[in-house]
Amino acid sequence: MTMVEEHASFAACPACVVVSPADRVAAIRSQAARMMLSLPGAEGAACIAAVEAALRATPGVRSARVNLSQKRVSVEADPHVIAADLIPVLAAAGYEAHELDAGMLSMTETDRQGRELLMRIGVAFFSMMNIMLLSVAVWSGAEAATRDLFHFLSGAIALPTVLFCGQPFFRSAWGSLRQGKLGMDVPISLALILASSISVYETLHSGEKAYFDAAVMLCFFLLIGRFLDHRSRALARSAAEELAALEVPRAIVLDGGKEVVLPIAQVAVDDLVLVRPGGRMPVDGVVIHGTSEIDRGLLTGESLPVFAGPGTMVSAGEVNLTGPLTLRVTAAGRDSSLHRMADLVAVAESAKNRYTTLADRASALYSPMVHLLSFSAFGYWMWQTGGDIRFAVNISAAVLIITCPCALGLAVPAVVTAASGKLFRKGVLIKNGTALERLAEVDCVVFDKTGTLTMGAPEPLGLDALPEEARAVAGALARASSHPLAQALASRLPTTEVTELREVPGYGVEGLWNGQPVRLGRAEWIGATPLALTATYLLMAGQTHAIGFTDQIRPGAEAAIAGLRAQGIAVKLVSGDTKAAVGAFADRVGITDWVAGALPAEKAALVQEITAQGHKVLMVGDGLNDTGALAAAHVSISPAQALDAARVASDIVLLGRDLSAIADAVHIARQASRRMVENFGISGAYNVIAVPLALVGAATPLAAALAMSLSSITVSLNALRLRQWKS
Amino acid sequence: MEILTILIPVSLLLGAAGLGAFVWAMRTHQFDDLQGDANRILLKDFDEKPAQDD
Repeated sequence: MTMVEEHASFAACPACVVVSPADRVAAIRSQAARMMLSLPGAEGAACIAAVEAALRATPGVRSARVNLSQKRVSVEADPHVIAADLIPVLAAAGYEAHELDAGMLSMTETDRQGRELLMRIGVAFFSMMNIMLLSVAVWSGAEAATRDLFHFLSGAIALPTVLFCGQPFFRSAWGSLRQGKLGMDVPISLALILASSISVYETLHSGEKAYFDAAVMLCFFLLIGRFLDHRSRALARSAAEELAALEVPRAIVLDGGKEVVLPIAQVAVDDLVLVRPGGRMPVDGVVIHGTSEIDRGLLTGESLPVFAGPGTMVSAGEVNLTGPLTLRVTAAGRDSSLHRMADLVAVAESAKNRYTTLADRASALYSPMVHLLSFSAFGYWMWQTGGDIRFAVNISAAVLIITCPCALGLAVPAVVTAASGKLFRKGVLIKNGTALERLAEVDCVVFDKTGTLTMGAPEPLGLDALPEEARAVAGALARASSHPLAQALASRLPTTEVTELREVPGYGVEGLWNGQPVRLGRAEWIGATPLALTATYLLMAGQTHAIGFTDQIRPGAEAAIAGLRAQGIAVKLVSGDTKAAVGAFADRVGITDWVAGALPAEKAALVQEITAQGHKVLMVGDGLNDTGALAAAHVSISPAQALDAARVASDIVLLGRDLSAIADAVHIARQASRRMVENFGISGAYNVIAVPLALVGAATPLAAALAMSLSSITVSLNALRLRQWKS
Repeated sequence: MEILTILIPVSLLLGAAGLGAFVWAMRTHQFDDLQGDANRILLKDFDEKPAQDD
């Protein structure tokens, strides 16, 4: 009996069973029948045809379908086809593609909500049109029995509609009432209920005024606002998910001499992981075999590669440059230094979520006023008419309907939808709902250098000063290595005959030229005195030559800086790199205000210091060392090539390589903010005209319907103006 | 005025038919990729499949 129990408990703990990596990968492979690829460059009918044709021609692919609105393609394929096989196929067709983790893209929940809202809009529209038909007859003078019949019919259509379509408002109003707050939805629900019940009462007593049309129209316009709001939220959320899914990291695990590719989540501590030259460290670990150089730029901002050999501790996110390294995993997945950093950011982020939007501020002002007006109208007319409840309730319902924030509910969502659509076409993804408004308030921009203003691809300096022979020898040696510095030289220098080329991982390349040994590599290996900036060294005929490097400027960086300055925004540069490198770069791009050698905490402190001086800071950065500053800033932007920790920390992500979109984004955000304020003004103006009418009892159902639809339409048109204006 | 007994049900029926068509279109994912469908009409090869994303 105990035996059986032991067995049962053993089997009940699947983690205790040692599964070899090969089995784990087999289990994953068999499910991979459906995948999702992101196509950032997708545009136009030609793209649909080219992508789908290219994918269908690939063996193993069963079907492919491009979704142009989401810039994605979903592929159904045999289990043995993996996304990595399809990316080159699409690259050959001329389209950049990234793998997306289909599991993270399950948007069924938000999809269902959006569809539910659409359904309610459809029903409200149907009822509104039919009631309008009947109401027009009443407004144009139908009398007695005909009017009563039409009121009855309207009521029969309107009551179920209000009950069905008003649910989102009733639910949220109930929620805010229970928290003891007066949200926007409380006056909306009150107006819906009051208008419907007073109309039923009037209909039963053959009264002249029934507000069924107003109640349904209110539902319709508010649902549109709600739907737009939901859509931009869902878009932001899917953008965030897409970015999280963009990097589906894998590791090559050595399983008894065999190489198995596993997703990071499946890697366990003490597994042996192989990192090829050019690969990024997937986990934290200790080097147990091999020598190489590693680039810590993304984590620390330093542009000079460091040596790595057995015993060196490496962190996830660093890039292996020259030789293959075998690591023993010390921390993987959630525990790795990368993810711990991301968790820290999550804490800093919550402070940002306390930002009150324009809409919140408006509704905090507006909501109590609506109630106050309506109840004082009720009280006044009760007193004036000597207790005529029917008349007083009629007036207070009219006041509620007219003051109801119909246009207010549309004012913000319409602008946000228009602005984020425009930004998306420029390759700017808004991840956070309030980021647009915060971006509009910015008056100081802090840039990171490495990887943000620069491409991370080095450019050699002073090549012309080298003797002709040295240029050729350096070119020949450089061609033997995949190190980024060597690659930069290889593409710019001539070559000559150098024999017995050999790459010494972690040090450099050596060979024989005219029978003499020549070397290209690290200063200490060559025996040269190291320079202050990023450099490689050539040993030739007993002489050493230094070749310095500078960073390549990212396209659009200068345009972005100029554009931001033109809008009156101060520009600063903060980097973890050496003083010489940062100073030289700042001169090139024309930034006078720069800080070098900043540690991650110092970057964040600097941003906080500027904030304390009363400025609103926009931080633009890409590295792990920027995450603290990104989270501390008022609003933050990172390029899509940034480390996922940085992308998580920032509010806005640039999809393209070009930085000039930043200046446009600030411009559009400011324009959008202005439109929102204008929209509040417009709906306020309508109220100023219509409310006194309602208060004195002169508001007819016709006037209510007119005021409501006119203000909603003006507000939406004003929001759309944003789309047409050239920036 | 007897004509109303015919006209009102007819107008309601027509409206309901429109609502039904809208619900059907939504249920069959026809609003999922508006940009894509606008472009697909320009393609040469005949394509009758609706968007299959879910």
